[in-house]
Amino acid sequence: MSSPSEPAPQTPRTGASLTLLVFAMVVTLAAFAQVGLARDGGLPKGLFFYSVALPVLAGTAYYVVARFTPYADPVLLPLAVLLNGIGLAMIYRLDLDTSRTKIAAVAAGQKLAEDEAKALTQLQWTFIGIALFVIAMIMMRDTKGDQRFTLTPKTLQRSTYTLGALAILLLILPIVPGIGGEVNGARVWVFIGPFSVQPGEFAKLLLVVFFAGYLVNKRQALSLVGKKIGFLSLPRARDLMPILVIWLITLGVLFVQKDLGTALLYFGLFVSMLYIATQRISWVFIGTGLLALGIFVATLIPFLGHVNQRIDIWQNPKPYFDGGCLLDSGKVVSVAPDTLKPGENGFGKCLQLGGEYADSAQLLKGIYALGEGGVLGTGLGQGEPWRTPLSFSDFIFDSLGEELGLTGLMALLVCYALIVQRGMKTALAARDPFLKLFAGGVSFVLALQVFVIVGGVTRLIPLTGLTTPFLSQGGSSLMANWILIALLIRMSHDARKPPPQAIQDEGMTQVVMTR
Amino acid sequence: MTALTLTLIKLAFLAVLWLFVIATVGVIRADLFGSKAATRSASRPARQPKPPRQQRAPARPSRQSGPSKLVVTQGALQGTTFDLGEAPITIGRANDSTLVVTDDYASSRHARIFAQDGQWIVEDLGSTNGTYLGRSRVTRPAPVPLGVPIRIGKTVLELRK
Repeated sequence: MSSPSEPAPQTPRTGASLTLLVFAMVVTLAAFAQVGLARDGGLPKGLFFYSVALPVLAGTAYYVVARFTPYADPVLLPLAVLLNGIGLAMIYRLDLDTSRTKIAAVAAGQKLAEDEAKALTQLQWTFIGIALFVIAMIMMRDTKGDQRFTLTPKTLQRSTYTLGALAILLLILPIVPGIGGEVNGARVWVFIGPFSVQPGEFAKLLLVVFFAGYLVNKRQALSLVGKKIGFLSLPRARDLMPILVIWLITLGVLFVQKDLGTALLYFGLFVSMLYIATQRISWVFIGTGLLALGIFVATLIPFLGHVNQRIDIWQNPKPYFDGGCLLDSGKVVSVAPDTLKPGENGFGKCLQLGGEYADSAQLLKGIYALGEGGVLGTGLGQGEPWRTPLSFSDFIFDSLGEELGLTGLMALLVCYALIVQRGMKTALAARDPFLKLFAGGVSFVLALQVFVIVGGVTRLIPLTGLTTPFLSQGGSSLMANWILIALLIRMSHDARKPPPQAIQDEGMTQVVMTR
Repeated sequence: MTALTLTLIKLAFLAVLWLFVIATVGVIRADLFGSKAATRSASRPARQPKPPRQQRAPARPSRQSGPSKLVVTQGALQGTTFDLGEAPITIGRANDSTLVVTDDYASSRHARIFAQDGQWIVEDLGSTNGTYLGRSRVTRPAPVPLGVPIRIGKTVLELRK
């Protein structure tokens, strides 16, 4: 954790923040304008509405940051606003209800298929996300009154285990029959009345609090005792308990939800926080080894054919295009529509053959979209990203890749990297060990999530349906990520504000012994 | 909209996107090394006292020869660095300390380090387990030489140039 010194940037940098925020707005509205010009041949219909709504939202967020946390990191808010804005512009582009051609066609009485991208809904979710950000900032402001009622990131340490239990509860909710439900093959949803929520998005934040609070207390034992072999200092056997428990839970997620990415997210989070807490590289080796062992065992167990198949699709997606059937012998038979007789469907055919059905069309179409985009992209509004199923949520990264090209994708990835880097910097500058772990964990969970989904849609690792933070369409993800940014901003304010002045006047100070 | 115009718009958008990234990096850079304006205003007071060098008040710790940083060399906060200014640095478990240590061997207000007559002095604030300068326990305020470890519980600090 050795760090170069932060040469006391103890001046508020709200001016720089405002400049960047205006810049982010310009980029976002330019994206909207480009969509309109390229797709509909004129400025888009809702441009005026968006060019009022977005700056008002961003301006409110900025006001709250400047008012309550003037020393906060200046780039966190503009980066989040930019990513949210680009995602919104892409969803607007995929939402064909906004296109002039479609409006004309509907007016002419043609019946057209509904598309699922909903720009206006996403704008509402952005509004709710930023509202939550504002509420969180106001709740976490410095209060002079009773310390018991203040709520800052630091006070969360008091309820470490309550929040840990809450996180587990949130993770279990989708499996509970009645309220939990499955959408597109992933059992991560909870339905409350007309709303559907992904509790996992919030659980990950609570898990960070829990791990941070737990490790602050236990890290001495985890980091000081042990044998040294070569350059690695190995922990005692009984200190391995916590990592084994988390490992078993992760494998449980892998078995029940058949979801490699989520397992990777939670386990990676724990291992990285363990490393931050103890500064011992041996934990990283132990963690990587355990995960590799777990996945290896999972592929050997016969009833986990699903995990096996995910890995097979990842390594070899072509036979599965439009439907493939993995037989017990390990052979893949194509059951794509053009190989079938009329009246048959791929899933039924596969059931007859006694194999596992899977479809890699989405993954491959996403890859083709990236290829179509090339280095400079087709330009916003000029590609055909809607060909990929879920092009507005899970695969929005590929959609952006098609229209912005490698150049645009790199810019977006750098934006994520900068958020993570500022989070790590906050962790380094924090004066309190709990906040160090909290800030480090929060930035790590963001980095891991981007890695898992971007790695998935670009076929670096097996695909998992996680959301791309700030870009994907969906409320839970936006709300959770805006709260994450509020936490980071508040912690960076604490870390960067001038240290409290000691009382200078010796005569006025009364020393009270407490022991 | 001709294809050429659309291509130009596309390239302009990518350029603006990257300009934003570069501007952000610029702000971070200014944060790390100080903006040009900040550097100028910071270097001015350093340049000004040059002529009356001989008659400078000896009360101020001298910038050129004295220590400028307090570095944590061992313990949970290892690697943390403080720039020494005029303000005293307090160390302890209390939340309002400059350096908050969570360590069972440290008291809530353990010690403080402050500048006096051009020297940095360490003073134990009545801690339970004591403050050590080098190998000796600090019983009364003692001047801290460069590079000599100050031990507080499991945390070790030292002054550096």
